Amino acid sequence: MRRFLLPLGIFVILVGFLAVGLRLNPRDVPSPFIGKPAPAFKVAQLHQPEATVSPEDFRGKVWLLNVWASWCVSCRQEHPVLMDFARHGVVPIVGLDYKDDRAAGAAWLAEHGNPYVLSAWDREGRVGIDYGVYGVPETFVIDKAGTIRMKHTGPVTEAVLKEKIIPLVKELNGA
Amino acid sequence: MVRKLFFILWLVFAGLAHAGEAAPAAEDPALEARVQKLSEELRCLVCQNQNLADSHAELAADLKNQVREMLKRGQSEKEVIDFMVQRYGDFVLYRPPVKSTTWLLWGGPFALFAGGLGMLFVKLNRRRKTAAAPLSAEERARAESLLDGDLKEKA
Repeated sequence: MRRFLLPLGIFVILVGFLAVGLRLNPRDVPSPFIGKPAPAFKVAQLHQPEATVSPEDFRGKVWLLNVWASWCVSCRQEHPVLMDFARHGVVPIVGLDYKDDRAAGAAWLAEHGNPYVLSAWDREGRVGIDYGVYGVPETFVIDKAGTIRMKHTGPVTEAVLKEKIIPLVKELNGA
Repeated sequence: MVRKLFFILWLVFAGLAHAGEAAPAAEDPALEARVQKLSEELRCLVCQNQNLADSHAELAADLKNQVREMLKRGQSEKEVIDFMVQRYGDFVLYRPPVKSTTWLLWGGPFALFAGGLGMLFVKLNRRRKTAAAPLSAEERARAESLLDGDLKEKA
């Protein structure tokens, strides 16, 4: 009987590792940006092609950068949450329309509502690369000094807002 | 006959489609070879088990263009790798660097191998000891009597 104990023990440990591995989300890639200054960019706004937008414009404020696109399916799931959140005016949300057609992006916002104070237009996805975007939607929390404090990959849900984003924004605004 | 014709048509178009995709390589084969080599070291973050070279995801194509542009500008392979790691973290590397968070990853297989070897030696040693223990005179006598008795019974 005792000779089976060791293989059984190894088996149980292996199953334990696999069980934990199955529960991990492979999309949760740790972002190297936390605590780093938000990469600079200067691109045209979605609605006003002649006006530009840059992270410098929001220095001194805590703000959210939300990467979205009209072709992005998960953004539709996230959108009502953002709309509701924007209504409360807790924090300005800046949109980054990623690899999108200008007309399609504007039409999408007209149809679903616009939670953004303004949207930057990243036609070629260059800004996206600088922010390490690999799946839309992504949301960054940026503090008054222009440092990225948090990144959320995938749709923002009520739970993410309540448990992570709102407490962090409050803390950053208080400090 | 008609089916054969369709098959031939299919072959022709399949060939055309393939030729279309490979086009950019023609510009500068030396540069393209470097891009290809570097892309094989970088993970596509959309389809995570593929590298940039294999992936057809849009992001992979963009990043490959980024690699191509950087190399064209005369930047080194290391600069390109640093650029990617800065944005996507160590995860983007197919060969993760050896550091405190990855020592288990790098050392684990060797530790397991050493453990297995150790166990094998212990087991073999134990087996040799039990097998080599000779019979005492008393045991030998008993065995002989048993064997003889067995023979007598049969006879």
